[in-house]
Amino acid sequence: MKTVSRLLAAAAAVMLVAAPAALGAGKYRSPEQHAWSFDGPFGEFDRQAVQRGFQVYQEVCAACHGIKHLSIRHLGQPGGPFEEVEINGQLMRYDNPNDNPVVAAIAAQYTVADIDDIGEPIERPGRPADRFPYPYANEAQGRAANGGAYPPDLSVIVKARHYGANYIRSLLLGYDEEAPEDVDVRPGNYYNPYMPGMLIAMPPQLQEGMIEYADGTEATVEQMANDVTHFLAWAADPHMEARKSMGMMVMIYLFGLAILLYLSYRQVWSRVKH
Amino acid sequence: MTDEKNPNGGGEATRRDFIHIAAGSMAAIGGAAVLWPFIDQMNPAADTLALGTTDIALGELTEGQEITVMFRSMPHFVRMRSPGEVEAARETAVSSLPDRLARNRNLDESAPATDENRSAMTAAVSEGVEIEDALRQALLVTSASCTHLGCVPTEGAGDYGAWFCPCHGSHYDTSGRIRRGPAPENLPIPPMTFISATTLRLG
Amino acid sequence: MSGPSTYEPKTAFTRWLDSRLPIVRLGWDSFVDFPTPRNLNYWYTFGGILTVCLMIQIITGIVLAMHYVPHIDYAFASVERIDRDVNFGWLIRSIHAVGASMFFLAVYMHIFRGLYYGSYKAPREILWILGVVIYLLMMAAAFLGYVLPWGQMSFWGAMVITNLFGALPLIGEPLTQWLWGGFSVGNETLNRFFSLHYLIPFLIAGVVGLHIWALHVPGNNNPTGISVKTKADTLPFHPYYTVKDGFAIVVFLIIFAGFVFYAPDVLGHADNYIEADPMVTPAMIVPEWYLLPFYAILRAVPDKLGGVILMFAAIGVLFILPWLDTSKVRSMRYRPMARWFFAFFVVACLGLGWAGAELPDTKVPVLGALGVDFLLMGRVLTVYYFAYFLVIMPLLGFIEKPTARPASIEEAVLNGDKPAKAGPGAAPAAQPAE
Repeated sequence: MKTVSRLLAAAAAVMLVAAPAALGAGKYRSPEQHAWSFDGPFGEFDRQAVQRGFQVYQEVCAACHGIKHLSIRHLGQPGGPFEEVEINGQLMRYDNPNDNPVVAAIAAQYTVADIDDIGEPIERPGRPADRFPYPYANEAQGRAANGGAYPPDLSVIVKARHYGANYIRSLLLGYDEEAPEDVDVRPGNYYNPYMPGMLIAMPPQLQEGMIEYADGTEATVEQMANDVTHFLAWAADPHMEARKSMGMMVMIYLFGLAILLYLSYRQVWSRVKH
Repeated sequence: MTDEKNPNGGGEATRRDFIHIAAGSMAAIGGAAVLWPFIDQMNPAADTLALGTTDIALGELTEGQEITVMFRSMPHFVRMRSPGEVEAARETAVSSLPDRLARNRNLDESAPATDENRSAMTAAVSEGVEIEDALRQALLVTSASCTHLGCVPTEGAGDYGAWFCPCHGSHYDTSGRIRRGPAPENLPIPPMTFISATTLRLG
Repeated sequence: MSGPSTYEPKTAFTRWLDSRLPIVRLGWDSFVDFPTPRNLNYWYTFGGILTVCLMIQIITGIVLAMHYVPHIDYAFASVERIDRDVNFGWLIRSIHAVGASMFFLAVYMHIFRGLYYGSYKAPREILWILGVVIYLLMMAAAFLGYVLPWGQMSFWGAMVITNLFGALPLIGEPLTQWLWGGFSVGNETLNRFFSLHYLIPFLIAGVVGLHIWALHVPGNNNPTGISVKTKADTLPFHPYYTVKDGFAIVVFLIIFAGFVFYAPDVLGHADNYIEADPMVTPAMIVPEWYLLPFYAILRAVPDKLGGVILMFAAIGVLFILPWLDTSKVRSMRYRPMARWFFAFFVVACLGLGWAGAELPDTKVPVLGALGVDFLLMGRVLTVYYFAYFLVIMPLLGFIEKPTARPASIEEAVLNGDKPAKAGPGAAPAAQPAE
């Protein structure tokens, strides 16, 4: 099958070279590449960046965008931004994220709708086990509050967009340019070259120094875009670090087994001509 | 062909067999390791484990009244006992009980099954909350699952004036302790905290 | 070919069992002592790999069904919960999702191997047809499974595929409503798709049993296509092929694990992480990669019914393949012309897959300058796809002059696949060295 193999290799090469060109061609710009700490087979989330990004999400994004698949306790689970917290000068870890005082304090900032034991609707302070409260009671309310455009849920947004984190970051930073003449920017829309269709209903959100980072980092627009994207990358794939470290073990095991089986195979077949 | 013998056979086996045994063992180890995720996935998931607390409003509870609440998907009795019931429970000697341990999650595992150790006296109290001892002594919170096979005992029935399990006839006293019947243990008591003067949190 | 059984029960219990239920004998004769051609190459390990794939899918699938909720309001959230909160849920779901792609990768290797070495030719026609049935069932299972996460691609994929049946005259509309259980894809549809998705793998396992049975009657084909003549042509399956298959399976698992742990979403589509919205269709809707060639064939025809018929014909033609190939030689190793047509056939399938992934009026890179868009490319390749089976295969048997073949498998092995004395018509350039 050598003829076939060669032909296939050639065809594959053509497709590999041509496919990105075909994808990139057309209406909107491919996002800028950014070097993320979570890139690559050994990449990990930068806990500080995820913490800052969570602050940006809370103070800027959360007014319009929910993260409905996340619970507050997720912040303190293994791989999460508050997995390890400093309590009285000591670094502490908690097996149960419910016991994590930082997570509990974050939860208490939220007000959660509930029903008490005599059936009356009440509002109570949040607990780590609660979901993050959603900004709207329903989709219609979300649309009405935003000029007809429903702000998407951000729980898995990084996985739900081509180019993932790079796209989100570029989009957040992509408001600076003037719209070219052939793009008709109607009221309620903004020009953003990274958005498919190049028109986005979300106004630019990030402004220099609009928040004060808990860790004292300077809140430049790019810093905030990087951080909130980092947070969303974690939110979309919270077990990424466990996945990669288990992957390494599995790979080492499989390569070892492959070598042993190959030697065994050579041994078995050494007695027959083949 | 004469070379089709079993390659594992023959006199010089040991050295040559080693590689086959090594490969086989390694494959077996991998197979065993793969089992764990498939077993562990049936354990309670993180969200199930996290749903750990139930708050009970005590303000509405009058003397002698009992309500049943759900805590971690299991029914629990919350009973504001009358002084007579408390008295009866206190007079029972621990040495006469089938199960002499308190079975109270707020106490050490070896704590004896006195009524003091069973009542809400053992509940933690949040900082700044003041609560009367009389109320704590009168209040009893126990699991409502019979320790025999899990049925919910009937209130106010049985020989000890408290609970009687209709499934297989276990009698519990006013402290939730097993007195007669097939159930092996006292009704367990969940972890509890008074978070305000009128609210008891389970979990 | 299997000959008399060589199993000899050694203990009193196995003798007792053997005279009542000879299951150990069956296993012994089928997978231990089974005489297997001695010249099988690595292309022949995909049968074993596919068995592993099926087992992985069934086991991970049963586990996922313990956590998945087949309801339009909860399905997406339950999948997110599997990824986030269920112990090792992220791992098991990733294995299942990647596993579907790996299953198809392996099955395509297996099918192309069968096409190249003529494994569908007499006396293996039933074996081949059962294989096509398995392939059809796999496509159904994959499609149904893709609907379950209830993302945008799930929903619109279900919409498009079920609407295909609406193309049928007269029964089209009642048939689609019957499939949906309503007036559109909805909760009823999701429920029945879940039920069927759970059922089909067990049907596949059943047909695989028949497939292996049908394999063990004539025995394996082999790269020379020459039938086994003497015992010297064969080796016992164990240990020779158990260890070779085992090695190949582990190499395959390395690729599999590479995707699972380092690129779990690369084979899927980002839009499926957006919850299904019956009011908004994604900008570009494409099936999973393994169904793309059929999608391209569907689009190659401007007529709705015609496209549907042609798409099903693309699979249907495989059923009659054993009778379309008129060559007296099985293996293309000795068929110089067929080899080239086959190579272009493989390229055509890849090209159809590519065409299926792109918007029809997008220009093809390089060829775009000549005005070739993906629709035209898809049409040309569709013509070749059918011509390969319906024209080239039947004619080649008469036109082609096969090269000289060795007299037996044993001779092929001993002489490195060349006939004893290299004849004048000996194979042209590349002979694979086994």
